[in-house]
Amino acid sequence: MKSTFIIYRYDPDVDSEGHYQEYSLETGPTDKILDCLNRIRWEQDPTLAYRFSCAHGICGSDAMVINGRIELACQKLIRDFRTANNFVIEPLPLFNVIKDLVVDMNPFFEKHRHIRPYLISDTDAPERERLQEADNQGFVEPALRCILCASCTAACPISRANPDYFGPAALLRSFRYLFDSRDTATGSRLAQIDSSNGIWGCKTMWWCTDVCPKGIPVTKCLGQIKRLVKEKEKDRT
Amino acid sequence: MKHQYDVVIVGAGLSGLRAAIELGEDTRTAIISKVFATRSHSGAAQGGIGAALGNEEEDHWKWHMFDTVKGSDYLGDQDAIEILTRDAPRTIYELEHMGVPFNRTSDGRIAQRAFGGHTSNFGKAPIKRACFAADRTGRVILDTLWEKCLQRGIDFFNEFQIMNLTVQDGQCCGVTAYELATGKLHHFHSKAVLLATGGAGKIYRTSSNAFASTGDGMAIAFRAGAALEDMEFVQFHPTGIYKLGILISEAVRGEGGVLRNSEGERFMERYAPTIKDLAPRDMVSRCILREIQSGRGIDGKDYVFLDLTHLGEEVISSKLAEISGFAQIYAGVDVTKEPIPVQPTCHYMMGGIATDTDSRVMIDDQDQTIAGLYAAGECACVSVHGANRLGCNSLLDVLVFGRRAGRAIRRYIHTIGLPSLSGNDPTGETAAQIAALLDNSGEERSSTIRTDMQAIMMDSVSVFRHRDALLKVMDKLRLLKERCRHISIQDKGHCFNRDLLDAMEVGYMLDLAEAITLGALSRDESRGAHYREDCPDRDDKHWLVHSLFRYAESEPPHFLTKPVKITEFEPQERKY
Repeated sequence: MKSTFIIYRYDPDVDSEGHYQEYSLETGPTDKILDCLNRIRWEQDPTLAYRFSCAHGICGSDAMVINGRIELACQKLIRDFRTANNFVIEPLPLFNVIKDLVVDMNPFFEKHRHIRPYLISDTDAPERERLQEADNQGFVEPALRCILCASCTAACPISRANPDYFGPAALLRSFRYLFDSRDTATGSRLAQIDSSNGIWGCKTMWWCTDVCPKGIPVTKCLGQIKRLVKEKEKDRT
Repeated sequence: MKHQYDVVIVGAGLSGLRAAIELGEDTRTAIISKVFATRSHSGAAQGGIGAALGNEEEDHWKWHMFDTVKGSDYLGDQDAIEILTRDAPRTIYELEHMGVPFNRTSDGRIAQRAFGGHTSNFGKAPIKRACFAADRTGRVILDTLWEKCLQRGIDFFNEFQIMNLTVQDGQCCGVTAYELATGKLHHFHSKAVLLATGGAGKIYRTSSNAFASTGDGMAIAFRAGAALEDMEFVQFHPTGIYKLGILISEAVRGEGGVLRNSEGERFMERYAPTIKDLAPRDMVSRCILREIQSGRGIDGKDYVFLDLTHLGEEVISSKLAEISGFAQIYAGVDVTKEPIPVQPTCHYMMGGIATDTDSRVMIDDQDQTIAGLYAAGECACVSVHGANRLGCNSLLDVLVFGRRAGRAIRRYIHTIGLPSLSGNDPTGETAAQIAALLDNSGEERSSTIRTDMQAIMMDSVSVFRHRDALLKVMDKLRLLKERCRHISIQDKGHCFNRDLLDAMEVGYMLDLAEAITLGALSRDESRGAHYREDCPDRDDKHWLVHSLFRYAESEPPHFLTKPVKITEFEPQERKY
């Protein structure tokens, strides 16, 4: 089948603004969109820039907008798009474009760093493992699926409106540590996100959950944080 | 641009990150990586990390050591394997203390499951030794260590491609790197360099490896004088998704999944009566291909079925969630109802840069080193995996030897000052190389050369090998290397110029492919993952030795051997 790819192009060395370029390619139903981009680059236009690595939805490099929706290019096959054989491919929204489909993700990772994404414990580690209930590990499990692809944050209407909002990905990492029974920094973690740029920035619009390529119930996890903040408030009064 | 550090680590996968943590807050450390740190291929490790914790059943590190030695087909160095397996439980507890979210037993301890080649009591029965976090074990450990490095404030240079090592008078004192976003060259001047650059699985057409796994570090060290070791031992994982090579974890079989041929037969019972589907990867890959050769592939094609339909939704959703997603997305298979079509896929390099157990890089068979240069992880060959690596020993390897590298480097840098650099432009040579590549006006494209190399290596230097075909491959690789001289780079830009990097990567891979093929041709026996149809038996009299390769400018590498270290377990026939 002949498919058309209309791809956003921007080269900071020559372009003052972005434009779209059309490529035509013979495709099969099980080709990944990433395969198609690779073939365009190898066979037609070696200047096309995009990020990629593992090519099976684990490394989180290749989130982009495909036909208006945020997807991982390695996780979408031609046959998944049943409506047409033309594809419009654009960089993730929210972030500045460096070149073509490559965006500057530094602000995303800066927010990630900010929420203290590591285990904090005020108890001495035992000689062997710390004990943890299987149910507790299971409770945070959805958040462990996160591959930091930034799809959720890029899709989030609040993040687009308020650059200071932590965004769903960073808050999901907060969830992962807040509810890990081994972490003892619950109080200071909650204090850090109990604000309109933090957890209350979330207006439960579900876009993050909708686009997550790993099927993480992001909105629900953020809801658990809100509930925890309320519970702790109640405990204090 | 010039930078000065105590230590430069190349590669932000698990061995690089673990070493950085070990170097401590008082060591000025830079990590440079061709991809953003969390995109590193360590994150693709699925099934588990092995350690004799004994949480599920009685276990001892010596059983783990025996299994690893036997799994290696007796080519692994037993002093190194002892270090690996003895240090394993401490390694797991350390990860747990850092926050790695392992699956748990009903009494709250770290859960463990069975994996290929891991047994109790020196080979008697399969044992639960693999610690895991569902089937995304590598990913959660990678995230945890990366976040630990963020906490420590370690300097990351993401999307920086290593170009050259700076070696003066036998001492390594830095690296030159290319910044993808700007096309600028950076020189990192340091007391020591650790290569933690991972594998080279992209040499083969069907591969579980990431696009980044092109063996850059191995090839750059090789060209700079380091010896490569045991390159002919390339692991083909038995269960890659048909045609795509995407990994389906051995944990599937650890949890009870079985392989079936076109007759529905669980054929591994015939080949490995004791541990059946949990035989080591080299054997299972050969068995699958034997079934296919005997006409028992599914529908007469070149794949078999991996059946987990009997495991139940609970086990699949809590322990094998990731791979059920892969099967659904890429093969359209609901694993609770249908088997997955699988075939062997290139997965892991047992060989690599020759190192001692402190990760120091060796240049020959006389234990000579390049001062200040270290290597750890898949790019290195200690050797703990010998001729065949057991599943869940690679995550262990990168963490145990990443830490040891960090410790050894820490000791080393306290004995020396920052070496002074001769000349005033350490990036000059690299700049000239890049300019020459960009100016080249040949007819060749790196993508076609790479495709040709991948096809040749897959057809003749994968699971089954034969002297006649290998001889032809040596000639073909020479021709491909010649064609490389005529690659023209279409992209002349400075921003994310993949075209330029592709050309360099194919050159690296060809150097390594040549060493792999030379090793396969020289080694007239079959051992572990190296199987020669014209010499099907193991030959301990002549070949219980490591292969060593030394780089030569315009001819194939020089081939040497060195003895295997045997401390505890004398070679025996390898049966399961």
